[in-house]
Amino acid sequence: MGKIDDEKVINGEGYQLTTLDKAIGLARANSVWPLPFATSCCGIEFMATMGSAYDMSRFGMERLSFSPRQADLLIVAGTISKKLGPVLKQVYEQMAEPKWVLSVGACASSGGIFDTYSVLQGIDRIIPVDVYVPGCPPRPEQIIDGVMNIHKLVKKESIRRRYSAEYKDLMKEYKIELKEDNVK
Amino acid sequence: MNKETAPIIESPSEFYNSRETIDGDIATINFGPTHPATHGIFQNILKVDGEKIISSEQTVGYIHRAFEKLAERRPYNQITPITDRLNYCSSPINNLGWHMTVEKLIQAEIPKRVQYMRVIIMELARIADHLICDSVVGVDTGALTSFFYPFQEREKIYELYEEICGARLTTNIGRIGGFERDFTPVFHTKLKAFLKSFPKVFNEWDSMLSRNRIFMDRTRGTGPISPERALAYGLTGPNLRAAGVDYDVRVMHPYSSYEDFDFIIPVGVNGDTYDRFMVRQEEIRQSLRIIEQAYGNLPEGEFKADVPDFYLPDKAAVYNNMEALIYHFKIVMGEMEIPSGEIYHSVEGGNGELGYYLISDGGRTPYRLQFRRPCFIYYQAYPEMITGQTISDAVITLSSMNVIAGELDA
Amino acid sequence: MLNNETLLTQLEALFPSDLSNADFSFDLLTVEVESSKLRTLIATLQKDDSLGFAFLTLIGGVHYPEDVDREFAVVYHIHSWKHKIRLRLKAFLPLSNPSIDSICDIYPSANWMERETYDFYGIIFTNHPDLRRILNEDSMDYFPLRKEYTLEDGTREDKDDRFFGRF
Repeated sequence: MGKIDDEKVINGEGYQLTTLDKAIGLARANSVWPLPFATSCCGIEFMATMGSAYDMSRFGMERLSFSPRQADLLIVAGTISKKLGPVLKQVYEQMAEPKWVLSVGACASSGGIFDTYSVLQGIDRIIPVDVYVPGCPPRPEQIIDGVMNIHKLVKKESIRRRYSAEYKDLMKEYKIELKEDNVK
Repeated sequence: MNKETAPIIESPSEFYNSRETIDGDIATINFGPTHPATHGIFQNILKVDGEKIISSEQTVGYIHRAFEKLAERRPYNQITPITDRLNYCSSPINNLGWHMTVEKLIQAEIPKRVQYMRVIIMELARIADHLICDSVVGVDTGALTSFFYPFQEREKIYELYEEICGARLTTNIGRIGGFERDFTPVFHTKLKAFLKSFPKVFNEWDSMLSRNRIFMDRTRGTGPISPERALAYGLTGPNLRAAGVDYDVRVMHPYSSYEDFDFIIPVGVNGDTYDRFMVRQEEIRQSLRIIEQAYGNLPEGEFKADVPDFYLPDKAAVYNNMEALIYHFKIVMGEMEIPSGEIYHSVEGGNGELGYYLISDGGRTPYRLQFRRPCFIYYQAYPEMITGQTISDAVITLSSMNVIAGELDA
Repeated sequence: MLNNETLLTQLEALFPSDLSNADFSFDLLTVEVESSKLRTLIATLQKDDSLGFAFLTLIGGVHYPEDVDREFAVVYHIHSWKHKIRLRLKAFLPLSNPSIDSICDIYPSANWMERETYDFYGIIFTNHPDLRRILNEDSMDYFPLRKEYTLEDGTREDKDDRFFGRF
């Protein structure tokens, strides 16, 4: 940021110097629209986080979007079974860039206490995850901590991340097809 | 009001029923598994003509976590956290039902104080469960405010749970034989404050919805079921009572001193969404009544039964006494001596008769544990309830049935 | 009002030769029924107004791999509200032919419970309107709650059995 000359500011000639990345990061971080993919008990704690005691709308996140096309953050809260895995992957693929994934709870992060034949042992087996929130279920304060870590990532993210080789390799690892205009 | 004098309000489905076809074109709509209005993960494939539902097909099992197989691997005191995750909106009822099943198997004598404490906690859990269900019915008719008020009250109930067991939602409350500790002084203060403040807030929230013209028009006549069909489909709990059948496990086979308390069973008339909503609201009031009676007459005594084989001894005794050390070791390693036998015990959960069928062969883990899950059994009635209704009615019917995915799939 | 003993007498009067192994433990009458006669027994009990068994509580399966020719047990719990009495009926099926008649037309709530028992144990309910898997994926090719299968998924490559005492 450049130095601000007080006189000029008071007379209305103020300006700030920043990078486009930082400005866009700030705007993105403070208005993340989550998609709550809430399956089980962590979903109820997520609902409690949305309630008035642990208000999520102070982060700009009160507008829940159940349509993947309009969502930025996929919050996976609850156990994902193998039957539901393809559905989750499809929802992730339908989300538009930029997108982040928050895995809430032990079951979504690693299968939790359910090390059984029908439970997917962690959603990072099928989609890339940005922040993990452990707990069974995590307290709303922990979920908010996870959200704030997502905000840190969002603020720092380059706006050309989706064209980077690292991102393409990540998507290839998860066998997620990128669309044509991402291959520039 | 009774059946003869209650006015019959024409619902949109009456309009649809009076015409043979709406536009003759049958469309297939996928309702779920991820859908904001299905509070849980289950899929309904609807065949609709216009907006009228002709038929529907359910797919469940999207959150099947194999509880019954998992229970065959775990010792009896480690199964309590699994029962938490059945109907996770009212997990103390599941936990205490399981403890009662094991106590019936080992034929333990439970002190009166423990029974009254259990009643208080189970009724708090029932209030919490009905608060979620009814607030969600409100949300699905468009009243988003009806979500935030009850959730504040749920926070107060969470604080009460935290005083007893330390957890908010999946409580793992109590132990086989009683509780870990007596009610702390903070619990007494908080419970007294809750009993004082909750009725006022509840009445304020209730008055927003229960005589609201828009809400009544939306919910009356939607998703009806007759008492005969409800019985045939195995419905229990508030859904069955809304259809007019007064079956309550607490009254038919009383457990944990429920016969000492004076409460009524609210029963509906038409079995539609409005009746289910009103039955739950009245059950919240009756639960408050039971808590007040139990708390007012809480008997003195031990907060645990005399079952040293299953109840962890005091830490001070473990470090000084050889016998306590051995019991502690055996219980923690899960080497308890359970008699063999078969037992079926049921409690009145938030959704109806929650049953535990336990076969023990004398080993450290159950040979077979089957949960009688009310949601799984009554969700079969859903197609019959929504055929001929509109899609928006199907949404409200689903949320008023309180289908919890954890209990549906186990 | 019936109690367990009078209920057993009435059942034996209705079906003199098909019942065995009556058990009164934990205050619930358990009776073993021959698998081919179970459907008739349940239909009679449901229609009989004096007994009043109008409510089906639970259907479940159990696997006893050691009992040759009686490997699977299908357990039915029914409830009479009139007399406040529960009844448990068991039918044993051999591994070679684990099939029994469905009771879906008597009690519609049996539909999904029988599908669940099929899904977990592979017990075939003949004349069931739609017998397919309900909780597991349709493509699953084994019946998971049988005792020979482990709890965990057998295809996991990241869980080392040596650390868990399984060799």
